[in-house]
Amino acid sequence: MKRLTIGLIVALLLAACLSVAAGKVWVPLDAWTVEDPRSIIIVELRLPRTVLAMLVGAALGLSGAVMQGYLRNPLADPGLFGVSSGAAFGAVLALYFGYAAQLWLLPGFALTGAGIAMALLALIAGRSGSLILFTLGGMILTSIAGSLTALAISLAPTPFVSSQIVVWLMGALTDRSWDDVKVAAPLIGIGMALLAMTARSLDALTLGEAAARSMGVDPVRLQRLVIAGIALTVGASVASAGIIGFVGLMVPHLVRPLAGNRPSAILLPSALGGAVLLTMADSLVRLAPTVSELRLGIAMSMLGGPFFLYLLLAMRRRLA
Amino acid sequence: MTDLVADAVRLTLGGRRVLDDVSFAFRPGRVTALLGANGAGKSSLLACLAALRRPDRGAVRLGGTDVQALDRWVRARAIGLLPQAADVHWDIDVQTLVGLGRFAHRGRWGESQADRDAVAAALAATDMTGFATRGVERLSGGERGRALLARVLAGEPDWLLADEPLASLDPAHQLDVLARLRGVAGSGRGVVLVLHDLHLAARVADDAVLLKDGRVVASGAADDVLTAPAIAEAYGIDVEIGRTPQGHRYILPVAR
Repeated sequence: MKRLTIGLIVALLLAACLSVAAGKVWVPLDAWTVEDPRSIIIVELRLPRTVLAMLVGAALGLSGAVMQGYLRNPLADPGLFGVSSGAAFGAVLALYFGYAAQLWLLPGFALTGAGIAMALLALIAGRSGSLILFTLGGMILTSIAGSLTALAISLAPTPFVSSQIVVWLMGALTDRSWDDVKVAAPLIGIGMALLAMTARSLDALTLGEAAARSMGVDPVRLQRLVIAGIALTVGASVASAGIIGFVGLMVPHLVRPLAGNRPSAILLPSALGGAVLLTMADSLVRLAPTVSELRLGIAMSMLGGPFFLYLLLAMRRRLA
Repeated sequence: MTDLVADAVRLTLGGRRVLDDVSFAFRPGRVTALLGANGAGKSSLLACLAALRRPDRGAVRLGGTDVQALDRWVRARAIGLLPQAADVHWDIDVQTLVGLGRFAHRGRWGESQADRDAVAAALAATDMTGFATRGVERLSGGERGRALLARVLAGEPDWLLADEPLASLDPAHQLDVLARLRGVAGSGRGVVLVLHDLHLAARVADDAVLLKDGRVVASGAADDVLTAPAIAEAYGIDVEIGRTPQGHRYILPVAR
């Protein structure tokens, strides 16, 4: 357990070094001083991008682990909540109206979208603490936000705007600055703290809702923590990187064989593992010999689809 | 230790009156069986006792306090519930599963010696010590049932409520578990069991509450409740009641 955590921290440091080094330009260490103009590449471009990749990866990994524990379903993903589609729709509106030129507006719209989706979900689920209402509510919100996004693309004032929206939706960490880190870091930090508070309740939920309640779990409080935590982590992630799927689905599965199946035991490894995975992936898309940089969201989907298939086949083998 | 009292409990679910004016004082140190045909309201009454459902009228009181008003951690330490559904959603090992029984006892920073002792005692009591490191998905149905019972025992609740705790067990382990539950009652704690098997109820119960359509047909000492006329009314069957030469009561359905 401790060894896994230390191993993941070491891996994260290595991934961070790779991420700072990776790019079209090689910047030797002796050029990292303020006098050398190449230091700007490191300090103003690669460092914030690396930090953001670690933050977003940790946020998505942790929220995936909490989602799977909360819904007691190994195929659950933070995207199911409607929060990421809500955030994406908010960002798409900002692009649609051409507000994206101002730095704070696109993240602001994305977070507002996530917040509205979260509030609607809380309204739909009501005070019942019921998982079924919650899951179905999330699916409905996802599909509504998806259709509104499609509507915005089809009605876009110019082809440039619609292509801008489509490209943004694919998700990437290209050209991010410290300002993006400043927006994302506190929100992701608070959201992750809220999610960490669910750990023990998730363990109790292993025995089902009735047993968990009899053991002292307050289902309404737990649901509020989950909703607020996911809205902040996923909302801030989408606001700063667009939609990056599958991290929340894959990472908990990758750490379970090492950390065990107890839901609380995989939270920290999933956060660290998510950070490692996304930082590595974001370095590799920069190193890939493509004309324009491969979008991170696409790279993750290309990994994620086959991984999902592998999971299903593994489950089928176990059921057979 | 005080009684767990159902006081004129009425419960309506989906427009149907599932419990109507149910009153009974469950006493510590005794095994009480909740009996009745399917849909009589046994599990609903158990859910009210465990504070999982709030009665529309009446109340369940523990030491004079409405169980709904108790602090959830105090309540969780006082009343342990073994639900009917044998849900274990992740493939955790038996020791971890039983350790969850200490959920309401544990401090924020890990388990104490008392936690470890309670888990070890619960494993031993259910004959599961040898399975401590085995994943629940590699247990048989009966082994899983015993592990789940061990989870509740590990919490050392004053009241142990169980919905069909014997359903998936073979006869040998049924007798073991019955003996174990009798032992819990013998240590002064209260045991309330939903049972569908009249035969086992006759064997284990000190007290019984016989329900039909949400109402109490008969309640009190099991020997007085489990009479042929009361059973005929509650279940619509004729039974033969007798004693074996060793003195065990038995109830044998003979016709409907």
